[in-house]
Amino acid sequence: MNLMEYQGKELFRRAGIPVPRGQHAIGAHDVADFVERTVGEWVVKAQVLMGGRGKAGKIKFANTADEGRRVAEEILATPMPPNRQNPAGEPIKSLLVEEKLPIEKEAYCAIAIDRTAKKPVIMVSRFGGMDIEEVSEKHPESIAKFYVDTAIGYSPFIGRELAFGAQLDPGFRKQLPAVLGSLYDLFFRYGAKLVEINPLALTADGRVYASDAKVELDDDALFRHPEFAQWQRALPLDEDERLAAESGLGIRNFRRFGGTVGTMANGAGLAMATMDAVSYAGGEVANFLDVGGGANAERVRKCYELVVNSTGATVFFVNIFGGITRGDEVARGIVDAMRETTSRKIPLVIRLTGTNEEEGRRILAQAGMTPVETMDEGAKLAVELSAAS
Amino acid sequence: MSIFLDKNSKVIVQGITGAEGSYHTDRMVKYGTNVVGGVTPGKGGQKTAGGLSVFDTVKDAVAATGATHTCIFVPPPFAADALFEAYDAGIGFAVCITEGVPVHDMLQVVGTTPGMRIIGPNCPGLISPGKGLVGIMPGHIFKEGGVGLISRSGTLTYEVVDGLTRAGIGQSTCVGIGGDPVIGTTFVDCLREFANDPQTDALVICGEIGGSDEEDAAAYIAEHLPALPIVAFVGGRNAPAGKSLGHAGAIISGTFGTAQSKIDAFRAAGVPVADRPSEIPELLVARMAAAR
Repeated sequence: MNLMEYQGKELFRRAGIPVPRGQHAIGAHDVADFVERTVGEWVVKAQVLMGGRGKAGKIKFANTADEGRRVAEEILATPMPPNRQNPAGEPIKSLLVEEKLPIEKEAYCAIAIDRTAKKPVIMVSRFGGMDIEEVSEKHPESIAKFYVDTAIGYSPFIGRELAFGAQLDPGFRKQLPAVLGSLYDLFFRYGAKLVEINPLALTADGRVYASDAKVELDDDALFRHPEFAQWQRALPLDEDERLAAESGLGIRNFRRFGGTVGTMANGAGLAMATMDAVSYAGGEVANFLDVGGGANAERVRKCYELVVNSTGATVFFVNIFGGITRGDEVARGIVDAMRETTSRKIPLVIRLTGTNEEEGRRILAQAGMTPVETMDEGAKLAVELSAAS
Repeated sequence: MSIFLDKNSKVIVQGITGAEGSYHTDRMVKYGTNVVGGVTPGKGGQKTAGGLSVFDTVKDAVAATGATHTCIFVPPPFAADALFEAYDAGIGFAVCITEGVPVHDMLQVVGTTPGMRIIGPNCPGLISPGKGLVGIMPGHIFKEGGVGLISRSGTLTYEVVDGLTRAGIGQSTCVGIGGDPVIGTTFVDCLREFANDPQTDALVICGEIGGSDEEDAAAYIAEHLPALPIVAFVGGRNAPAGKSLGHAGAIISGTFGTAQSKIDAFRAAGVPVADRPSEIPELLVARMAAAR
């Protein structure tokens, strides 16, 4: 679960990381009200999960209530434009009004989980305010890293080492160990996968602030933090995630592409390999779908309907490796699902293997379906059928 | 020989009286695994339907049975606790089947249990065909032989093994290392073990997109195992970038993480990469013939 900036900053505030004073606002009226009541120079920022707000004109300045209303209306008028990672863009539902800081210098710091080291890694760079992926390409030597021993945890020397290692401006040095200590507390307490301050701002009068906040919480740890349920409900699911959730799948178990060969497999690895097999056979994949364990009739029916109703599939390739599931049970599930569904019918190609696979294939053939023996054979047939329709 | 698991391994099951635990315990016993008992707090002194002793604590189970291995089937909030309990009782080898364990729990476990080998979590376990099975793999598709297999996925592993067995190629040990961000045992950890196993004369590595475990494995192979016949497969060539690959993962690993990066790394290390799982047996036979 990725948090919006205002939510991340709320956690920062609780952890003792300095953030600019400000107010979360739903509409232009709220912004104008706040600026009216609170004298100062303000920045109004769209609250979205996508990056690139500045370039998209979704961060603007306001010194008066009228200006506040006008820039808020401008920001809210259009959604975030699409980019490569978010081809659908993102609607803007709220804003953050924040004190405009007299920023002198910017730096970067973050804590993430390093899979290879199996440890939290703290990263600091003197290139703040830039996309960190770009920094790691252009100036990889500028990113100082420290792998934390979880049995020991964070200690201030780590912050000192990193500040010197990243050659931060001297103004940051004294304050970085405390900021990182608070950031580590937050990372640990909430079971975060990523906490990032970009930029960490140094003001003309020598104060340090988190000017932006990026927090990714571990979905598997949310059961420990029921207080986030309200935020979770408010977060935007993309269209694929919403469709998956409505069909009773995990939100990462379904994703659509532009093609005509619908797919379903059990297990993410096999589902990806199934897509690769369709592509190898010369077809265009309509979707990724991991049905998980247990392909009973209701589950199969929901998945079939999801693919038929939301993608351009003209054929549905089902690839089930039974393993411990019995092939005859899966076959009955598929036959029942097709009898029960009221959605439009497209041809099914079914590759079914595992215990009792012969019996399973016999049941399918009797119901007029096309069972095949291998994944390659199934992919080839599915591509042929999609081309013919 | 084989790695991690042989005829002398004594296995207990944590969560043995739960639905999953009891079902798979039965399968492990039927496969010939030396399961010596299990643990469910509060049910100590009882027997399972199959006649296995149930203990209240792992310590009790170890004292009574001399258990060396554990297979964990407890719900996600209790998985780290189960691993710590096993470690404290002196268990040297743990398989954690549980899916959905918080990633910070695993950071804590792997950082503070030196000397205990952990497979998983979120994995199908491992099998040394003909000797034993610790986990949920379908034993009947495996065949004893000389090919070691390491995989991040469950059903894809079965797909590949099925192909090997149908081609008459048996396996020494097959390990499903799990798909979570922080796992106890990586490809490289497995490669180190296979390198010293006299039964294993070839390897298959089934990787997928995300992380850099495959790249690390390729680097290890180039340096330490240049002569061993190895074939790889990488799932997810058609997966879109950006969605499942987290921001932080991409940073730490630079350009690593894509299927192409992994395929390139394997090929640079002299490891042929199959375009489809069905090509693996043929590629492996060719590599083994060339190595002779």
